[in-house]
Amino acid sequence: MVGRLIGSVSLAALAGALMMGGASAQTNVKIGILGDRSGAYSDISGEGSVVAAKLAVEDFKPAEHGLKVEIVSADHQNKPDVGAGIARQWYDRDGVDMITDGVTSSVALAISQVTKEKNKVFIDTGAGTADLTGPQCTPNTIHWVYDTVALANGTGGAMVKRGGTTWFFLTADYVFGQTLQRDTSAVITKNGGKVIGSVKTPFPTSDFSSFLLQAQGSGAKVIGLANAGTDTINSIKQAGEFGITEGGQALAGLLVFSSDVHSLGTKVAQGLVLTEPFYWDLNDQTRAFSDRFSKQMKGNSKPTANHAGVYSDVLHYLKAVAETKSTADGAATVAKMKSMPTDDPLFGKGTIRADGRKIHDMYLFEVKKPSESKGEWDLYNKLDTIPGDQVFRPLNEGNCPLVKG
Amino acid sequence: MADTAAIDVAPIAAALPTRRDDKALHRMIFVGIALALFAAPLVLYPVYLMKVLCFALFALAFNLLLGYGGLLSFGHAAYFGMASYLCAYTAKSLGFTPELAILSGTATAALFGLVFGSLAIRRQGIYFSMITLALAQMAYFFSLQAKFTGGEDGIQAVPRGNLFGVISLADDRAMYGLVCVIFMAGMLLIYRIIHSPFGQVLKAIRDNEPRAISLGYRANQYKLAVFVLSATLAGLAGSTKAIVFQLASLTDVHWSMSGEVVLMTLVGGMGTVFGPILGALVIVTMETYLAQFGAWVTIIQGCVFVLCVLLFREGIIGLVAKLIRKPL
Amino acid sequence: MNTIFGVPTQALFGQLLLGLINGSFYAILSLGLAIIFGLLNIINFAHGALYMMGAFVAWMLLTYVGLGYWWALGLAPLVVGIFGVVLERVLIARLYKLDHLYGLLLTFGLALIIQGLFRNQYGVSGLPYAIPPELSGGQRLPFMFLPNYRAWVVVASLTVCIATWLVIEKTKLGAYLRAATENPTLVQAFGVNVPLFLTLTYGFGVALAGFAGVLAAPIYSVNPNMGADIIIVVFAVVVIGGMGSIIGSVITGFALGLVEGLTKVFYPEASATVIFVIMVLVLLVKPAGLFGRTA
Repeated sequence: MVGRLIGSVSLAALAGALMMGGASAQTNVKIGILGDRSGAYSDISGEGSVVAAKLAVEDFKPAEHGLKVEIVSADHQNKPDVGAGIARQWYDRDGVDMITDGVTSSVALAISQVTKEKNKVFIDTGAGTADLTGPQCTPNTIHWVYDTVALANGTGGAMVKRGGTTWFFLTADYVFGQTLQRDTSAVITKNGGKVIGSVKTPFPTSDFSSFLLQAQGSGAKVIGLANAGTDTINSIKQAGEFGITEGGQALAGLLVFSSDVHSLGTKVAQGLVLTEPFYWDLNDQTRAFSDRFSKQMKGNSKPTANHAGVYSDVLHYLKAVAETKSTADGAATVAKMKSMPTDDPLFGKGTIRADGRKIHDMYLFEVKKPSESKGEWDLYNKLDTIPGDQVFRPLNEGNCPLVKG
Repeated sequence: MADTAAIDVAPIAAALPTRRDDKALHRMIFVGIALALFAAPLVLYPVYLMKVLCFALFALAFNLLLGYGGLLSFGHAAYFGMASYLCAYTAKSLGFTPELAILSGTATAALFGLVFGSLAIRRQGIYFSMITLALAQMAYFFSLQAKFTGGEDGIQAVPRGNLFGVISLADDRAMYGLVCVIFMAGMLLIYRIIHSPFGQVLKAIRDNEPRAISLGYRANQYKLAVFVLSATLAGLAGSTKAIVFQLASLTDVHWSMSGEVVLMTLVGGMGTVFGPILGALVIVTMETYLAQFGAWVTIIQGCVFVLCVLLFREGIIGLVAKLIRKPL
Repeated sequence: MNTIFGVPTQALFGQLLLGLINGSFYAILSLGLAIIFGLLNIINFAHGALYMMGAFVAWMLLTYVGLGYWWALGLAPLVVGIFGVVLERVLIARLYKLDHLYGLLLTFGLALIIQGLFRNQYGVSGLPYAIPPELSGGQRLPFMFLPNYRAWVVVASLTVCIATWLVIEKTKLGAYLRAATENPTLVQAFGVNVPLFLTLTYGFGVALAGFAGVLAAPIYSVNPNMGADIIIVVFAVVVIGGMGSIIGSVITGFALGLVEGLTKVFYPEASATVIFVIMVLVLLVKPAGLFGRTA
């Protein structure tokens, strides 16, 4: 009887060991979506980023790779201290391994610092500042989707090549706007164009009429809008009022998302030229994704480039973790991500450079005329494809301490 | 229109003079707070606690001006924010040790307080408040443009540094210790100011300025003095916050920050000693734990404003004080 | 081409005209605010949110009911006014005996709630609202291209402001109103329903904000934050003009629009700050405002 007791106990112990062994073979991953859910960027971020992340997890099928994935989300309200505070708490207390979305440049920089301190992973999608892969680069941060240099190369370079040789800038008077103007001006002069004037608009402004008047008076072929969000929407709306495009001047939106164009409508925004790395109607794969996405969104809105970026980076991150089988060392995971080329249905093939910059192609779009548009979200005509290695800032020009020489 | 009078707040504070046994009660509360601060990090997240303490100090400083000076400033974010910028800048770009950086930030706030205050106190009531708002707006636009503030990005990656050159503040626990010390010092200083002869004259001026002047007190000097004190302590809070979070941004000088400190004081209890601390605790906790609800945070804050104004004008501590019939 | 301080004269006139147009928005909004403060002693921080509601109601009328701009001009202020009446009866009337501060805090809270609810529902990018076809296009003036719609804004705004001023200063109704605020008990003793007057005044004041919202919808982005951006400037206008003075706020609104327009030409970065600088100066020199009467 003692023998049977020992037998059953050891059998139970063996079973227990096997079960525990089985459980430890699975890696727990917790992803935090830290974006703007209530402020100026909530339409390109917000709930959509969470939906995109969940779709990525669904498509990756974590169980088959021995992963268990959990997603949490929060609103940083475009405030760096709120964002940094949430990131800290997530990393210290709540076991979050990776943060994505980000969106606002100032918040993204703050999150990046905290992430480096705690050795976790931060993949920013929507922020514009090229400093994230420049002087402020870290071994724990990757910059997805776009940055101000890419936008400058895209819209600036492409428009000069298409004949827009003289430019007048409407620049939002804060760091982002000034950086955008500076980067775009450099590209314009490099391509043989000329910047004949500019005006700084207080940030934020709702009435651009007097600045547009100055732009009109300058006679420049292209009016560059070095601003974002509501400022861009208002400048475009009012440009239509003053007959700017009828007068022969072209409008170049330096930072425009499909959600902005959607809110303006094709009647007001027609002819606007912009650069984006993603459009829902680009090919069958983007259309399929966008369909799934909009079914889960209030108002059935289509995904913006930021949302697509979240999908794409979550997918790649999970692939990397599936190989390293651990999330403990953030820098190691990022190194793994940099060593693997990226491939997803939304951005196609790409790579991640040593400075954390994700490289993929970008596209020059023009907003359709109302007569050409067959639906609420049928907004863009593709004018050109700009290859990834040409549109982003060259590796050695960024002053990133991780890049030697 | 009676817009020449000072704000008629906290009739409780005016009606209940502080007696010796009340002081004993206050002493017990101070000890209680000290003990709570000691034990709290075992249960709660230290960074969240530090945020509460910084804002509690800010609210206490604001309440000094409002509850006891009777002057409603709409632009207190200017002192909080400019101090945090200067502290961040000196710590990061000039390599100051944390205590020197905090001192420079506080000194900056005092300077702004002196300049803005001397302009603002020339007027009374709502016009005083409007001047403070206008001056704070100018401080905001200055911060937006000035190179050293980093504009939208703010000043990032501020080093925690080594206190007095020896004690590393990188560890959250060491930082927490420093913040507790600063908070207790600030709170006790404000208590001392309120219960000093200076504080008594201040209350007299708040309640009936013409009579105080007729008694020979130079009201304007007292008002300026409390304004500068309030601005300085707000600056102390701002500088400490910059070191804790290692960044200073435009949020700190925006008028919504001024609105938040009014809300904290209102919820906690204007004109009470401990009210602002509770108010800061409530508001910061609300923001932290409701962050996941995104857009609902501002709606809930709005509801809190409305409810407080309609039903809880004395604030939580004011209500408690009324019930136990002792000044708090 | 002649230049004044380095700016071509033509461009200068263009900018002045634009400044005048902006001034008309400031004028209507500050008129509403001044009426509410002058007659009710309430600093209505919710004014910006109600201006935003006016624009949204116009959009809703177009999208859900199919009623266009001209209907909206009449209906939207009515809807906003009724909403204001409800707010006043339920919440604001309780604060009349208290200090200004509480009215301001209450309306600030209301503004947060209203803006938050709209933001939840409609997002922040804004909704499209087109200029009505009758008013689109413009005139080629020698110094600028003046959109017809903007000219209409000035006309509409001036008409409403002058009409309001006439009612308040020159009619019996206006006289009752002014008397009711100076001595409510006495006026009530004469049989005039004072609380009703106060309610209707608040309703009218916010209806003006709603009207400004409809005027703004075709040219500014219709989004939940549009009120928050403009309310602080409008406050400054009212303070500079004199917080109780009706005519003061109208004149100051137009004047400050002009000043802002000039600043945008010579020193654009400061165009947002210039109003506050003026506010501080006026408050130090003449605290009751340019047209105000000290109590």
